Amino acid sequence: MRGRTPILAMWLALSATLLFAAIGDGAWMQRVPERDRLRPNPFADNFNAVSGGEKLFHQNCAQCHGSDASGRDKHPPLRSDRVRAATPGELYWLLTNGSMRNGMPSWSKLPEQQRWQIVSYLKTLN
Amino acid sequence: MDRFRRRWLAAFLCVAFLVVCASRARAQENYFVTYTHHMEEPGDLEIATKSVTGFPQQGNSFLGNATELEYGVKTWWTTELYLDGQSTFGENTLFTGWRLENRFRPLLQEHWINPVLYFEFEDINAADKSLLEVVGHDGVADFLEPSDRSEKKREAELRLILSSNFKGWNVAENVIAEKNLAGEPWEFGYALAASRPLSLLATGNNCRFCRENFSLGAELYGGLGDRYSFGFSHTSHYLAPSAAFHLPSGPTFTFSPAVGLNHNSHGMLLRFGVSYEIDQIASRFRRNR
Repeated sequence: MRGRTPILAMWLALSATLLFAAIGDGAWMQRVPERDRLRPNPFADNFNAVSGGEKLFHQNCAQCHGSDASGRDKHPPLRSDRVRAATPGELYWLLTNGSMRNGMPSWSKLPEQQRWQIVSYLKTLN
Repeated sequence: MDRFRRRWLAAFLCVAFLVVCASRARAQENYFVTYTHHMEEPGDLEIATKSVTGFPQQGNSFLGNATELEYGVKTWWTTELYLDGQSTFGENTLFTGWRLENRFRPLLQEHWINPVLYFEFEDINAADKSLLEVVGHDGVADFLEPSDRSEKKREAELRLILSSNFKGWNVAENVIAEKNLAGEPWEFGYALAASRPLSLLATGNNCRFCRENFSLGAELYGGLGDRYSFGFSHTSHYLAPSAAFHLPSGPTFTFSPAVGLNHNSHGMLLRFGVSYEIDQIASRFRRNR
């Protein structure tokens, strides 16, 4: 039995690493349907939408992701290569559906237009 | 200063404190009886008070109150504790019991219709007048007798919550089943609601009275009899317009006058509530240590 302990420990460590890698690697992106991925932001290049999105970000997102979007505790930063590379449609999908297994709630309680405003603001951060 | 005035002063000071020391997050409660699929964000604690006042013609006016502590355990699991009390004019002011409820969201993505499962245990007494749900043959006749806290009501309540968001509207339907665990039959009820913010776009400035901070809607709720007499006979029903004001970076105020739709119902109920969300409360404690 004692001989199995290091193997068990290694297995747990590997599983944990893979799990965190999956979370940190933006596994949610794999679940975004193609038609959602390609959705254009109706408020792209709209300055008023960005300022509204900034206000919404501070009201709803900053408590977890930090007021400068640099992350807080276990919550990831939103000034990142992943957010920069994500399409507006992918970010909108994430706001709508969340990534509930990983602690990101759905923000469908906000109207569709406000979620796009937050996407507009996130894009300006990156 | 008498006790009544002192209580109102304390309540006013609490609200004033919340407004002044506003946190960043805001609550999203729009309804009094109906639940939606929107869960509490994990780590957030919402403190709310839901009050109802009624004026039965052949009985004493009353003020029922439920103080609610709602915590987001997970994105898909919200737990709540209610502490109920009531004051009946010309009679007494009582603590009437507590309720513990849990809501689970089984589907972890947004769908056309989003189901949530709701389980509640209540340990209240017959004097409770918080009217958080209307089931079975509940009606105005229950409020005409003097408040009696000797009769205990240990009840289990189940709800199937169905809720959708469409073009800024939230539409929610609740099917309610409640059973007194002392061997009473299952009682049934329903609650339907719809609401919409006055503006779907957020303005860029930090205004308090922007249209986006106001929501209007309506609720329809009532009893559906019990296992042996299912239907609308001898049940009560209410239609209740509702309004909510989300103070940016502060509390949410809700108001709903409910109109009774048949002779078993109260003619009019006035509901009002205040809710306030403290974001990431566990993290705050960790940071302060």
